[in-house]
Amino acid sequence: MLTDLTIEQARAGLRAGEFTAVDLTMAHLHAIEVLNPRLNAFIDVRHDRALDQARAADAALAAGEARALTGIPLAIKDLFCTAGVRTTAGSRILEPFVPPYESTVTANLLRDGAVFLGKTNMDEFAMGSSNMTSAYGPVENPWKRRQDAAAVLVPGGSSGGSAAAVAARLALGATGTDTGGSIRQPASFCGLVGVKPTYGRCSRWGVVAFASSLDHPGPFSRTVRDGAILLGSMAGFDPKDSTSAEMPVPDWEAACARSVKGLRIGVPREYRMDGMPAEIEALWRQGLDWLRDAGAEIVDVSLPHTKYGLAAYYVVAPAEASSNLARYDGVRFGARTDGSDLRDLYERTRASGFGDEVRRRIMIGTYVLSAGYYDAYYLRAQKVRALILKDFTDAFGQVDALLTPTAPSAAFGQGEKMDDPITMYLNDVFTVPANLAGVPGISVPAGLDPNGLPLGLQVLAKPFDEATMFTVAAALERAAGFEALPTLRAGGEG
Amino acid sequence: MSYTIQGRTGDWELVVGLEVHAQVISKAKLFSGAATAFGADPNSQVSYVDAAFPGMLPVVNRFCVEQAVRTGLGLAAHINPVSRFDRKNYFYADLPQGYQISQFDHPIVGTGTIEIELADGSTRQIGVTRLHLEQDAGKSIHDQHPTKSLIDLNRAGVALMEIVSEPDIRSPEEAGAYLRKLRSILRYLGTCDGNMEEGSMRADVNVSVRKHGEPYRTRCEVKNVNSVRFVMQAIEAEAMRQVEIWESGGTVEQETRLFDPGRGETRSMRSKEDAHDYRYFPDPDLPPLVLDEAWIETLRANLPELPDAKKARFMREYGLSPYDAGVLVAEQATAQFYETVARGRDAKIAANWVTGDFFAALNRTGRSIEDPPVTATALGQLLDLMADGTINGRIAKDVFEAMVDTGKAPAAIVEEKGLRQVTDTGAIEAAVDAILAANAGKVAEYRGGKDKLFGFFVGQTMKAMAGKGNPALINETLKRKLAG
Repeated sequence: MLTDLTIEQARAGLRAGEFTAVDLTMAHLHAIEVLNPRLNAFIDVRHDRALDQARAADAALAAGEARALTGIPLAIKDLFCTAGVRTTAGSRILEPFVPPYESTVTANLLRDGAVFLGKTNMDEFAMGSSNMTSAYGPVENPWKRRQDAAAVLVPGGSSGGSAAAVAARLALGATGTDTGGSIRQPASFCGLVGVKPTYGRCSRWGVVAFASSLDHPGPFSRTVRDGAILLGSMAGFDPKDSTSAEMPVPDWEAACARSVKGLRIGVPREYRMDGMPAEIEALWRQGLDWLRDAGAEIVDVSLPHTKYGLAAYYVVAPAEASSNLARYDGVRFGARTDGSDLRDLYERTRASGFGDEVRRRIMIGTYVLSAGYYDAYYLRAQKVRALILKDFTDAFGQVDALLTPTAPSAAFGQGEKMDDPITMYLNDVFTVPANLAGVPGISVPAGLDPNGLPLGLQVLAKPFDEATMFTVAAALERAAGFEALPTLRAGGEG
Repeated sequence: MSYTIQGRTGDWELVVGLEVHAQVISKAKLFSGAATAFGADPNSQVSYVDAAFPGMLPVVNRFCVEQAVRTGLGLAAHINPVSRFDRKNYFYADLPQGYQISQFDHPIVGTGTIEIELADGSTRQIGVTRLHLEQDAGKSIHDQHPTKSLIDLNRAGVALMEIVSEPDIRSPEEAGAYLRKLRSILRYLGTCDGNMEEGSMRADVNVSVRKHGEPYRTRCEVKNVNSVRFVMQAIEAEAMRQVEIWESGGTVEQETRLFDPGRGETRSMRSKEDAHDYRYFPDPDLPPLVLDEAWIETLRANLPELPDAKKARFMREYGLSPYDAGVLVAEQATAQFYETVARGRDAKIAANWVTGDFFAALNRTGRSIEDPPVTATALGQLLDLMADGTINGRIAKDVFEAMVDTGKAPAAIVEEKGLRQVTDTGAIEAAVDAILAANAGKVAEYRGGKDKLFGFFVGQTMKAMAGKGNPALINETLKRKLAG
């Protein structure tokens, strides 16, 4: 089936004329039509626009002007502004918002010939780890527990729609954003590759901001090599983002083919948490064995401040969010609820426009920045952040990459972990430190839990050394031979 | 004699610090490419960044940074090689982001000084605490619609320099002198046009009073005062109010106040309890601003000659009094005008003409130094005509007025009206003889000791010669003949 192809295979098939971009796009649009009503992975599907882009791709292919992604159908997280296409950030407050501009990352993908199928569901303003906070309803994980196929599981979050779409074969790849794990955790939950590159690799221009110093755009794919292909298009210096890095984009596809022989892989002892499920610990050990077998040297390292990462994150991220979300005031764009005066307009607009989790984080962020609390919370969190970065710098003085689990559990059920926000926040415990430090990370599907649900392993590398990250990830992928498929997928039994 | 306020309980000293918001001269805004021209149609100079659309990001305008550094150098201030932008968070309809990007903990410019001159000729150094860059907000218009406020975002995001003084100012006069001097420096540097009417320079005034030798008492901030005169009035009114409170046993509360120029009083805007908690924190969209030392030195080397240095040079090179030099350097264009007139001529005569007849003509015609009624070159030519004896000083005044009225060159006016000075000794002797003959009685009085009559004879002779006689020759001839 066309929907089962990897990007690498689809690219070759298009160039060889085995099928057209229109065929490929139609196959995905059909799959979306069948499965999206159940999965709710897309907030908006752009049928006609996608076909127009596919026809343009076929013309380019015919003219011999194919680029890296010509004709490849992708799903775009609804946090990326897309010119002329509604962009909601998963929130009521942006329900009517149609940006007049294209984000740099999506513009780069379009430049390389990609076809955009539609905008994917997500936790509201990317705040969540389950996709349960979306104003457009939850997303169903296409994977099912062996013994309990009726249970509806979450795809993870915040990029839950993108993960579900790629896992269910509704798109060959997707964009996501990762502020505390929002690409890697759903990738782990949905049996996908998810990449969070180095901070500054992918421009944030045109991406609705959650926490500016932590937001990282990145791709979802079904293989490591596809991740390298997508990131290669998305990345690059952007003068419109002052935090963008003026660094050349290396050939990451080539890095996927390199050997790990002689690489030093660190095992951070602080990631061995109390109460970690045995299967995750076992998978981690398995991953280390695979890499050792492939010629890498395994080294114990220490990241002593890891245990403060989550707390620091849940101060810094809400602080930035409370300020970034101030612009949603009903005055210039988006939804407005009129009021008797300006203050009333603000209060009504924001009360009706924002969901509970967003409001909670705005309140936390406002509190930690308040006079009298700033030093104890925000400043302290920034100091912790500096220490966590130093932990990584020290560790990378000894090793080339780190291997850890991606998430402390497999996908959980919709409605679970909803009673106490802290339980939900714990999902990010292994992913958050990389956001605080800005180092690149990737989640690779490596095995299944006893319920048959996918589990990912995370590779972290030095800043701007995504090449080594891809090399290690590809070695894990080869060793794991992960071939399990989700229950709900195009052409599947669902 | 220092300024004091006489209260019932004794003399009070005034303590004032000024925060001046100066709009940076720049074609584009501080963090967006949108234009900044004054008077454009509402909301015609607004980018998606200025309107805070989702996903938009600020990129600092290098030229605005350069302008701030040049201003810092002009204030003899320390330039901080690393500074940082912070967000000042508050909600208002004309603040699209919900925060203003400013510099809180680490401003681009540190301490400096401004020397002010007072009417009695004395000078004082007023400390500058800091200068930082920040964005302006938009404009709310409340009087165009019965129920709605209109918002114009043209100004939103325009670069401002906030220049904060130490509480070194001790009188309304000093405050006025500080503002005028600051404005003069900014204009010399071309970093702010200093136009208070258009709002491109505004002042917040911090005022407190104290008894001599006391530590500072509570201050109040009078916001957004938009002329030098109003600043001076506001300080006086606010100081009087505070003295009144202290002397009647009350306590001055720290608060923000507004000056009402119509009533000549300040009134409360918001109290300390209502003060915003701005929740400042470093803007995560902007990395620290790191300045290259060599670049700073290049800017320093290319600064124009500033008012203090120019004044000293005018006194030294042209032998001017401190007062004349001060008047001539207040505006760069005036100084340049003067130097064009003075170059190669008698510098003091040039100064008298520029500050005298020329300034009077400027006022009378309502024209500016940039578009003067008489050019510096033409005024120089007029001075040349006096110097070479073509006309005398009295005729020169008439020629100058004709220049103002007609715009013609002085030589042309002299020829046209036949105003050339008579230096023919024969003609002068004849005129003198006729006057002496016609006033035999007065000649006798003069010779009898009434010296004061000499002026009468000069006037009569000049009148007989239609003002064109050479005054020196007339004097000399009269002296000789009267003595005879």
